[in-house]
Amino acid sequence: MTLDSLDKQLLNIIQSHLPIEPEPYKKLAETLGTTEEDILARLKRLIEKGVIRRLGAIFDSRRVGYSGTLCAMKVPAERIKEVAAVINSFPGVTHNYLRDHPYNMWFTLLVESQAKLENTLEEIKRRTGIADMLHLPALRIFKIRVNFDLGEDENA
Amino acid sequence: MLSQLDKEIIRALQEGLPLVSRPFLALAEKLGIGEEELLAKVRDFVDRGVIRRFGAAVRHQDLGYVSNAMVVWQVPEERMEEVGRLMASFDEVSHCYQRPARLPDWPYNLFTVVHGQTPQDCREIAARLSRTSGVANYRLLFSIAELKKSSMKYFVEK
Repeated sequence: MTLDSLDKQLLNIIQSHLPIEPEPYKKLAETLGTTEEDILARLKRLIEKGVIRRLGAIFDSRRVGYSGTLCAMKVPAERIKEVAAVINSFPGVTHNYLRDHPYNMWFTLLVESQAKLENTLEEIKRRTGIADMLHLPALRIFKIRVNFDLGEDENA
Repeated sequence: MLSQLDKEIIRALQEGLPLVSRPFLALAEKLGIGEEELLAKVRDFVDRGVIRRFGAAVRHQDLGYVSNAMVVWQVPEERMEEVGRLMASFDEVSHCYQRPARLPDWPYNLFTVVHGQTPQDCREIAARLSRTSGVANYRLLFSIAELKKSSMKYFVEK
């Protein structure tokens, strides 16, 4: 979709922060010199067109108490669809990508506890029959740029 | 620790802020609490870092960043701090994480996501990161297919 100058200004502001106050859209309208109705209509359109994926809180999984990891598996070409279906059936799997490497299936997993994380990985190995899995939890985060919706999960 | 109410608030907030004049009031009524109480909770979550950011998640494709690659690096442990910070300082790098190496198959212990207009851009960015950091062993992993991509939902499984 084509974004006009006001759309872009609006996106720039709300990517970093939405006002946390009773009438946030009115506040945005005042900042941008337009009406609350206009802001609401623009936001509705940006959400419908998929430019905005979500409006509101982006949580830090660790502070919420969740454990996350990044995993990679070696999946034979003819089994990709079937194995992906097993992996994707877990709600805590938020991203799954096929990549050009012998470890070709890369997914992120976020669950309520470390114990559940380990159980889920064992279950994936058992149900797929594929034991060769790299388990690569983040040891240290040097950077997460949050103003983009990216390939890798912000939280894994 | 999060209270039961905290969890209910997180569950409600992750559905997105309603597009009505008083969105916090609308959410608060659903939760059976006051608007001011909810606003105070949200501010507290932001202060404590439970909410990383209160804003909009935007699809980068629509803003012109069409290509990205995961670049994995083999960094000597004693240089991890320095190299991690250096790579994180590049605008083209959106994510920079230290993860464990898994020898012998997987020697890479630093992960970056780089962004450009084309795959070739990504390769050039990685080459520049390599020259600047002196880390010679690295590999770009482009995604061939997106098999799943969804927003995380907290506290929905019973």
